[in-house]
Amino acid sequence: MDVELLSRLQFAVATLFHFLFVPLTLGLSLLVAIMETIYVRTGDEEYKRMAKFWGKIFVINFAVGVVTGITLEFQFGTNWARYSQYVGDIFGSLLAIEATTSFFLESTFIAVWLFGWNKISPKLHVACMWLVVIASSMSAFWILVANSWMQHPLGYVLQNGRAELNDFWAVVTQPFAILTFLHTTVAGYIIGSFFVMGVSAYMLLRNRDVSFFTKSFRIAVVTGLIFSVAEVGIGDLHGKQVAKHQPTKLAAIESIWVTERGAPFSMIVIPDAANERNHVEAIQIPKFMSWIAHGDWNAEMKGLKDFPKEDRPPVALVFYSFRIMVALGMLFPLLAIMGVYFRNTLPQRRWYLWIMVLAIPLPWVSTELGWIVTEVGRQPWIVYGFMRTREAYSILHPSQVAISLGAFILVYSLLGFAAYFLIIKTILKGPEAALPGDAEPKGATE
Amino acid sequence: METLWFGIWGLLWAIYFSLDGYDLGLATLRPFIAKSDTDTRIINNTMAPFWDGNEVWLITAGGVTFAAFPTTYAVMFSTLYTPLLLILFGLIFRGVAFEFRSKHDSDAWRKTWDVLQFIGSFGPALLFGVAFANIFQGIPFDEENIFQGTLLTLLNPYGIAGGVLFVTMFLVTGALWLAVKSVGPLHDRAVSAASKIWVVWVLVAVVFLIFTWFATPLWQNYLVHPWLLFVPLLTVAALFATRYLIAKENWWGAWGAATATVFLTTAFGVIGLYPNLFPSSIDPGLSLTAFNSSSSIKTLKIMLIVVLLFVPLIIAYQGWVHFLFKEKITEKDLESDEAY
Repeated sequence: MDVELLSRLQFAVATLFHFLFVPLTLGLSLLVAIMETIYVRTGDEEYKRMAKFWGKIFVINFAVGVVTGITLEFQFGTNWARYSQYVGDIFGSLLAIEATTSFFLESTFIAVWLFGWNKISPKLHVACMWLVVIASSMSAFWILVANSWMQHPLGYVLQNGRAELNDFWAVVTQPFAILTFLHTTVAGYIIGSFFVMGVSAYMLLRNRDVSFFTKSFRIAVVTGLIFSVAEVGIGDLHGKQVAKHQPTKLAAIESIWVTERGAPFSMIVIPDAANERNHVEAIQIPKFMSWIAHGDWNAEMKGLKDFPKEDRPPVALVFYSFRIMVALGMLFPLLAIMGVYFRNTLPQRRWYLWIMVLAIPLPWVSTELGWIVTEVGRQPWIVYGFMRTREAYSILHPSQVAISLGAFILVYSLLGFAAYFLIIKTILKGPEAALPGDAEPKGATE
Repeated sequence: METLWFGIWGLLWAIYFSLDGYDLGLATLRPFIAKSDTDTRIINNTMAPFWDGNEVWLITAGGVTFAAFPTTYAVMFSTLYTPLLLILFGLIFRGVAFEFRSKHDSDAWRKTWDVLQFIGSFGPALLFGVAFANIFQGIPFDEENIFQGTLLTLLNPYGIAGGVLFVTMFLVTGALWLAVKSVGPLHDRAVSAASKIWVVWVLVAVVFLIFTWFATPLWQNYLVHPWLLFVPLLTVAALFATRYLIAKENWWGAWGAATATVFLTTAFGVIGLYPNLFPSSIDPGLSLTAFNSSSSIKTLKIMLIVVLLFVPLIIAYQGWVHFLFKEKITEKDLESDEAY
């Protein structure tokens, strides 16, 4: 394998692994903040226990997100040196802004939250969690502005042999970035909500802490419903941005080979990239594709054959990833609506609870596939239409990158096992056992 | 503007080493000073609310290198590929070791994390020193910005001297942090470790400074601008103040003085380096400087606003956290459900 492919694989491993943890951080921080706010408002100790129980899982998850995030930031330098040099004037500043505005806030106040239960007033304490919520969203904002610049570069001039920033405001406020930000953070909120719903469902099935987990479920089902419904709309708007700015990605997403006006949407498609066509295109809705992509029944859909071969992304991976992501994205609101409907009879709806347990991984699958669509669909460009991936990687010896890739896989596997082992253990211990010191003395003094 | 950014760059690395230094050092010292599981837990809990926030300064130092000097960021991190990844893997294990160690009741589990925490603290402390010493003397990279050497190239005598200096500095600040935050026999052992390692620190510092004269051009800037000599003089003063305050049993003061020494040591190196950020030992003409590797003035201005707004704010709230959790850690604190 060559250095380019090895570097890409290494980045993919590092990012996809990192992104197993980050969205749950986003989602759980919001839910824990809501739970603790209810506690502070009502004084109901059960919500405090709730914040503590889910907070415990949050902290384990958060730690892995932090340490794997550090390697990501440095990888632009280690493995993508020519990229960093060429676009660092823009990209580097966005990363540095992320670190200074968000990471400190996040990691400092999560520590205050975790260790400060008896040191600061309840109001200040819950404010710390809200600060974590804000900081993690800000962090998401800056890193996604940076990513969006790679998808749709603007606000720069070419001079001194590199891209230099000339319109910061344009970079930060472009619709592509705003929609990517919404799409991704909302995905995190969906993951957090379905995680809390799924874990609560499991505990209800085992008949443990019925009141506690019913209440947890009810909070999560509200956020789950709001965000999974919102995501359908946001995803559609984001897709229209892709259609507008990334025609090759769009063509790969839909596996369109021949340019056509008023293109139909086929429910079942099997791409055949080798022969530049589709094996199967079945169950068609006339003109629907043009409408989804451009909001116009007769809009032109560019086919891949209109682009030189060296400008096309891999079709099958992007196409299937996108289809599965969208199918799952449609499923989530349905599951959430059912949850709202069954909210008062949850313990009796065992089949539904089992579905929610099995559904825990699905938002993750959907999110990771979304990233595959975003990043693989952008290929062969590292910055769309502007800099190619093969011009971007660091000139290293293949063995160096092969060894580090192996090390990443090994280290991250161990880390993943340890983290999920602890998360599952914490869940199975349940809230009571998780809070022995807290429940008893409180009860004794009151 | 470039010179200002060079200063900010040096400042951020100096803050990083001053802050993460004590927790890297204490985690390195821990196996030698903890006599029981309780000791280990007390030690870990003295760092509990801080290590993560301290480590973010590394991300910021790295991020600011990227934003202000993208060429340096690219060349530095790709030429120092192997040591940097070793540092990062070390920091990964060390970070989660804090978080994971006490969450599962098994001796094998705890032992594993203890070992990983030690390697993940000692390794980065040593490698940071090795890396910076090598930067001071110049890195063999060619006109294509490709590194002509291996990890062993960096482990030259001067590089190793730098590594040993860093480990020693961090050990003393770490031991003093424990002296501040603990009571009883553990506190006494921390004080005794700090006093002993302080002697080594003085010896290593003398060797390093003399070695620097012969191995690097670092003293040049000081010869040209003798008034700058106040920095190394202050460093020496802080180093001796550390010993004085240990003798006075002023633990916060001693820790502060030791931390100031780390800060000033980094500053001494960075000032000597100016205007270079990443000198080439193959051809000085290829060296990356504050001027030939910086971002556009526009980006530097935007980043300046960000840094001026946020860095003081960060220092303020991190200071507040250190104040909030200023109490000593005792066995009683370990009963808390959140304790490591």
